[in-house]
Amino acid sequence: MSEHLLEVRGLRTWFETPKGTVKAVDGVDLTLNRGEILGLVGESGSGKSITGFSLLGLVDPPGKVVEGDIRFQGEDLRAASARRQRALRGNRIAMIFQDPMMTLNPVLRIGTQMIETVQAHEKVSKSEARRRARDALGMVGIPHPEERIDAYPHEFSGGMRQRVAIAIALLHKPDLIIADEPTTALDVTIQSQILSEVQSLTRDLGMGLIWISHDLGVVGQLANKVAVMYAGRIVERGAVDDVLDRPRHPYTRGLLDSLPMENDRGQPLRQIPGNAPPPLNRPEGCPFRPRCARASEACLAEPAETGTAARAWRCFHPLEQTGVFA
Amino acid sequence: MTVFILRRVLQAILVLAITSLVVFLGVYAIGDPLEILLPADASMAERAQVTASLHLDDPLALQYWNFIVQALQGNFGRSFVFNRPALEVIFERLPATLELVTTSLILSLIIGIPLGFLAGTRPRTVTDETIMTGSILGFSLPNFWQGMMLIMIFSVWLGWLPSTGRGDTGTILGVRTSYATWDGFVHLLLPATNLALAQIALVIRLTRTGVQETMPLDFVKYARARGISERRILSVHVFKTILIPIVTVLGIEFGSLIAFAVVTETIFAWPGVGKLIIDSINMLDRPIVVAYILVIVSMFIVINLVVDVLYSLLDPRIRSRAS
Ligand SMILES: Nc1ncnc2c1ncn2[C@@H]1O[C@H](COP(=O)(O)OP(=O)(O)O)[C@@H](O)[C@H]1O
Ligand code: SF4
Ligand SMILES: [Mg+2]
Repeated sequence: MSEHLLEVRGLRTWFETPKGTVKAVDGVDLTLNRGEILGLVGESGSGKSITGFSLLGLVDPPGKVVEGDIRFQGEDLRAASARRQRALRGNRIAMIFQDPMMTLNPVLRIGTQMIETVQAHEKVSKSEARRRARDALGMVGIPHPEERIDAYPHEFSGGMRQRVAIAIALLHKPDLIIADEPTTALDVTIQSQILSEVQSLTRDLGMGLIWISHDLGVVGQLANKVAVMYAGRIVERGAVDDVLDRPRHPYTRGLLDSLPMENDRGQPLRQIPGNAPPPLNRPEGCPFRPRCARASEACLAEPAETGTAARAWRCFHPLEQTGVFA
Repeated sequence: MTVFILRRVLQAILVLAITSLVVFLGVYAIGDPLEILLPADASMAERAQVTASLHLDDPLALQYWNFIVQALQGNFGRSFVFNRPALEVIFERLPATLELVTTSLILSLIIGIPLGFLAGTRPRTVTDETIMTGSILGFSLPNFWQGMMLIMIFSVWLGWLPSTGRGDTGTILGVRTSYATWDGFVHLLLPATNLALAQIALVIRLTRTGVQETMPLDFVKYARARGISERRILSVHVFKTILIPIVTVLGIEFGSLIAFAVVTETIFAWPGVGKLIIDSINMLDRPIVVAYILVIVSMFIVINLVVDVLYSLLDPRIRSRAS
């Protein structure tokens, strides 16, 4: 089989805290090819961001990637030197964070932060770097990029700031972009504008994109593949239409049921009962057990992954393979 | 910005007016300059003559009015002791003090910031503990004791540096300064270090705290995610962020430096205004004391204005709010 853009096997990222070990990421597998968009979905605290940071080697202490294999275009990233990792970050692998208000440095101009990103990876003159930064701003639809490049982050609206972050991610035409809930802070209109632009950029540039979100609806609009995360693991994955139309894991089903639908507006949303398990005190066996209507004695053991490389789930009593939405 | 500065200037005038009244009343309520100016066996006629020439028998309100009218023309009266215009005496001594204070300020920045970065980026290591222990000593040991120790070590034992007085001065860009000659420079080193010690300790602490509070922020992680080198993250992203509190505190501290200069100038026989004011208070030399306080208050006002302007230059968010 040909080499994947990104292949993650058995990734575990743990935090050693005074109260015990927080297994934020506990055995995650992911596969991504060029031109593909993978949606990584799950409730808050399920380990999505830490998965993203692990891929970039940016987990802050006391967190640590303790196990697993991360291969980027065949290269073992965990074995790569700090120097090599820095050379890849922002260059071949770019990351977009949730709120660029917090992530862009408020005391530096947008241009300064873009130029330094260009110059961190390529020996080019300042004026050449500035020209590339300006072009990138134009490309993501920021009006008057020549003037706006000298503005400070707080002088942009939320949507425009997010475009700046996307422009920064695109500066080096990366092979992989990890976007961590990048549109959560935006209103729906701007969000869908950005989504469709990101979709065509990914296709046109032949990048891989990991789109982290707690919103299965957004992922359904955007992604080719989806991985559903719960308590540090991928509990279900597959092609986006397949997973959304025929979920096999009760948790995925619960996420779908809690989405607001066009035809039952005004009805209360059906939330999944209960809360995500506390990370220091996860139930034995299947971590979803306390919230699961289908749980049985069998679920006191850990469900292994069943299915194929393309479509799999972790559940002893998966849902039937019939369509949910007729 | 213009409105902002205009408002600050009006505030400044009000502050000066109030200060002048308070200082005038305070100084004139205490002590009798005649006792110092006249020999003990002076005759009544002599007393009356001096009193009249200094207008000491005018009503207080009239004295204040005359004082203000004169002060507005830059005339703070003649020093009783030097028998020269008070302002002239002060401005003669002020450069030496300002030189001492700015040198300490610069020392505290070029020593304090790197040490603060060293400690802040290596929390709870031997380096950090050593620097922090040193800074506690800088804070807590009395200033005059530190001065004596400096003299003991560098002048008496090692014999490297002179311990008293201001050395030869020269002129750079029309300003008389110790930096113009080697002799002047070595004379400046010990007193400036003495005055700087507590400031260095303060800057170390501010920098260390700033670094530790800034490093976990999202923009540092984002800079790393963009592949920015650790060196640039520290020297640009973190440095620019922590400069804001440092400038603020040092602006405030400038005043306490001038105040502490009194001690340092006394220990090192530095001919600045600090030593002058101590002598003038002892001699009840009213015009000097009043002029000194008003000059210092004016300096405070100017420094505060400069800090506010610097502040808005450093923090673009404040700048756009002000305009
Ligand atoms: N510094 C930390 N110390 C201890 N636990 C942490 C730390 N950072 C994250 N975690 C844990 O990792 C888990 C996953 O966090 P995260 O990846 O941010 O979730 P998500 O992005 O899915 O909302 C959380 O349960 C959190 O408790
Ligand atoms: S394994 Fe059991 S508890 Fe877990 S999701 Fe499946 S049915 Fe529910
Ligand atoms: Mg997150």
